[in-house]
Amino acid sequence: MINALPPAVILILGGLLIPLFKGRTRQALLLLLPVISFINLLQLPHGSHWVYPFLGDQIILARVDKLSLIFGYIFHLVAFLSALYALHVKDSVQNVAGTVYAGAAIGAVFAGDMFTLFVFWEMLTISATFLILARRTERALSAGFRYFMVHVAGGLCLLAGIIMHISQTGSAAFDLIGLGTTASWLIFVGIGVNCAWPFLHPWLTDSYPEATITGTIFLSAFTTKTAIYALARAFPGTEELIFIGGAMAAFPIFYAVIENDLRRVLAYSLINQVGFMVVGIGIGTALSINGAVAHAFNDLLFKGLLFMTMGAVMYRTGKINATDLGGLYKSMPWTCGFCIVGAASISAFPLFSGFVSKSMVMEAAALGDMRWLWFILLFASAGVFHHAGIKIPFFAFFSHDSGIRCKEAPPHMLLAMGISAVLCILIGCFPQYLYSMLPYATDYQPYSISHVLAQSQLLVFSALAFTLLLLAGIYPAEIRSLNVDADWIYRKGCRQIYRFCKWAFNGVNDWADRIFVQQFTKLLAQFFEEPGGNIQKHGYRLLVEATGIDDHQEQAIEQIDRRSRSAAYPVGVGVLLAVMILALVSLLLYLR
Amino acid sequence: MSKHPISIDEELAMFDKPQNVKRVLYALYTCVVLLLAVDLFYHKHGIFTWESSFAFYSVYGFVACVILVIIAKYVLRPLVMRKEDYYND
Repeated sequence: MINALPPAVILILGGLLIPLFKGRTRQALLLLLPVISFINLLQLPHGSHWVYPFLGDQIILARVDKLSLIFGYIFHLVAFLSALYALHVKDSVQNVAGTVYAGAAIGAVFAGDMFTLFVFWEMLTISATFLILARRTERALSAGFRYFMVHVAGGLCLLAGIIMHISQTGSAAFDLIGLGTTASWLIFVGIGVNCAWPFLHPWLTDSYPEATITGTIFLSAFTTKTAIYALARAFPGTEELIFIGGAMAAFPIFYAVIENDLRRVLAYSLINQVGFMVVGIGIGTALSINGAVAHAFNDLLFKGLLFMTMGAVMYRTGKINATDLGGLYKSMPWTCGFCIVGAASISAFPLFSGFVSKSMVMEAAALGDMRWLWFILLFASAGVFHHAGIKIPFFAFFSHDSGIRCKEAPPHMLLAMGISAVLCILIGCFPQYLYSMLPYATDYQPYSISHVLAQSQLLVFSALAFTLLLLAGIYPAEIRSLNVDADWIYRKGCRQIYRFCKWAFNGVNDWADRIFVQQFTKLLAQFFEEPGGNIQKHGYRLLVEATGIDDHQEQAIEQIDRRSRSAAYPVGVGVLLAVMILALVSLLLYLR
Repeated sequence: MSKHPISIDEELAMFDKPQNVKRVLYALYTCVVLLLAVDLFYHKHGIFTWESSFAFYSVYGFVACVILVIIAKYVLRPLVMRKEDYYND
């Protein structure tokens, strides 16, 4: 075992060395790192390795069991495919960020304690931010900034929960936590930010479509799936997750139908798919957790594939809005074919990968007699076919001819897409290999006549609805527009808070400045120019007003002024004032 | 890879011919009819009772998508749609 290295080390350290190499050597390194890291992973037996004492507790760099291994395998596979897809990228920032990002995700899923988990969790955030910033457009810079802020907030929430949890339980081990204490809620929500729960989600739909073409492929894979792993590890069977997951599966499909940016459509459908996984973890039976993990495995492949095809379209045409695209099946037939395979997989067509995993979650919901949830998930299944299954390929490759004629995607992109597509079909046809890797032993059979017939009916009639709505002109036309989402709260709503604060606090500030800085100090300065004389003058005036005798007022005041200017008064006035202040202070102290 | 000529005077591609579009549509309608026909003769087994009733999944899939589109178009879009530069002021 000691011949091997901790799982994340090769990708992270290797990734940091990438800038030292150029040209073909660098390309070879980018492709080899995931492969070497994977071979290294295969050397690790089950159990906890690299256990070190730390702050009276211990850190565990590698906890190897079935749950962490399946995520480790698929993360390596996707890291390789993403690196292959991004082989033309010479930008060191992206090369390093992508590799380190994959390594951080692998480190997080093998972390056996919360310290290690947190370090890799934050590494995910930082490296992902660079993948967004690397596009170097103004929109990308601001989206990257928002991404970073949201994830730092989520990370701090997680950290607070971790610290409280450790001080309460005395153990830093990252195992089943379950909801209950404040600490567990903080950890729960901290994970939820990365998992893109409703209202915590807009970082995803905001930033992924603004990242670089290849950056989005990496991004779509790791952050949300690491969060799914963390939920499966720490919160299986938490009822709240069922509601959260149901909402995640349902609401994004409405947005996806009216969204114009096709990568943003995929970002919404990513939330929708993660919703199925969250539901599976929430139900908490062996079948449902297996379903959630299997669906995460498949989603990494088919969602990556769909993002790759849209990335290839963007790479060749420079456009990604549905309003600008169409008719590309003539120019990019292979990409079109791969896109259709990805679309069929995400829609869970029989013989494609989504079918063999989504059905596990559906069946677990039905077995638990969760009727409403089951109806919502069925609705989401029909909806995902509608927007990801039909809309994406239709508007990019068919629909009206946009007149764009471009070259087919470059060979390395086609190869990455081709491998993903083949895997989607293989898993769909031979699911037993996937099932054998799942955390719980299963003899689940997805292919019964009833199930195939039911799913085919659902999908074909969804397609019929799409066709008839399109022919009838009811289907919403693509419009160049922006749809506000929950990020309105911090992108617009916070401006109102900012304006209010500006009005309220700057108002107080101005008032204080006027009264205390300008008027009061001015008066004080005037007074203390000649304190003795001023006291006498005011005293004299009061006396005159009180008694009504003002015979020699002018002369008296002039006399006081003269004496004061010639410093004829004793220093005693200053002492008098000091004594008065001391008296006031002691009185105040006495009253307390 | 693609050997497709990059010129506007290209020959008509597959879906530039209306009869091919019609063929796809007829294929879809055939699937619809076939699936309903199979449903008449094969008794589906499901966990819930309504799963085995005739054309449950067909009706649900169709209605779900129509509702999805109607709500997205007539409820959500008027609520959330803004100009593309909405956040840029």
